[in-house]
Amino acid sequence: MYKAKVIIKRKKSILDPQGKAAGHGAVLLGFKNITNVRIDKQVEFLVNVSDEETARQEVSEFCVKLLSNPTMEDFEINLEKIDEA
Amino acid sequence: MKLKFGVVVFPGSNCDHDSYNVLKHILDQETVYLWHKDTDLQNCDVIILPGGFSYGDYIRTGAVAKLSPIMNSVIDFANKGGIVFGICNGFQILTECNLLPGTLIKNKNLKFICKDIYVTAVNEISLLTKSLEKKTLLTPIAHGEGNYFTDDETLKSLEKNNQVLFRYSSSKGEISDVCNPNGSIQNIAGIMNKNGNVFGMMPHPERSSDGLLGKTDGLQIFNSLLQNFIK
Repeated sequence: MYKAKVIIKRKKSILDPQGKAAGHGAVLLGFKNITNVRIDKQVEFLVNVSDEETARQEVSEFCVKLLSNPTMEDFEINLEKIDEA
Repeated sequence: MKLKFGVVVFPGSNCDHDSYNVLKHILDQETVYLWHKDTDLQNCDVIILPGGFSYGDYIRTGAVAKLSPIMNSVIDFANKGGIVFGICNGFQILTECNLLPGTLIKNKNLKFICKDIYVTAVNEISLLTKSLEKKTLLTPIAHGEGNYFTDDETLKSLEKNNQVLFRYSSSKGEISDVCNPNGSIQNIAGIMNKNGNVFGMMPHPERSSDGLLGKTDGLQIFNSLLQNFIK
């Protein structure tokens, strides 16, 4: 079994108003070194297969079909093998 | 001419009754509700995807609604040339299932915006805009994700193929940044597909079609559709 952590990232070319607001908050708080704040989404779930390739393929398909919108987002898949419960 | 309209009802739709009321009682058209779990479009001539917050807008607006059983039938219908009109959340659903290009992202100011604004029709040949009595219309918007976005290439093709229907404007029809409520690229408020049979717009014509509510500019859009529909 694999534990999947998927990060859905807004494409660099797209304005991230939430990140911009958080960046503005950092300025108001007096942080001088914090810039380029981006707010992404993280989705976690289990994949009930034994080999990594199949897991990656299925997770990728899930990302393309539902979790991300290719017009505005990219995704990054992290898989961690875990012992069967 | 009498047409048959189908208003799709998703869990979380909240403008389905407004749309039904305008079509059935104000325009006197045959109108039915279409439940999201059904697949039969009941021989409707026009399918309306209404505004609301289908599936709570979870994941992304329209992302789960596009997987509803009824949407397979709507996509088939659209691909065969059937008329599909998405309003607000309906527009978001149409971009999610790739019946319309681009996407709707969070408003530039991060706020949910609910107010009356002006849009100006910039297309003189589409079903929805061909017979408008005036080009600049007062309609309400009510959305948190209405900021139309697309890449440069798609934007160029939208312009080249005359697919932009409405742009946010002043009451005099001037299109500028000041009149852009949500940050939409090129002030785009509504578009259609290349074939001219799938339409999406963020403003709510169905909420500005009943004289009792004080605004009727939206009715012109439905009237234009009725006048130009070829059965």
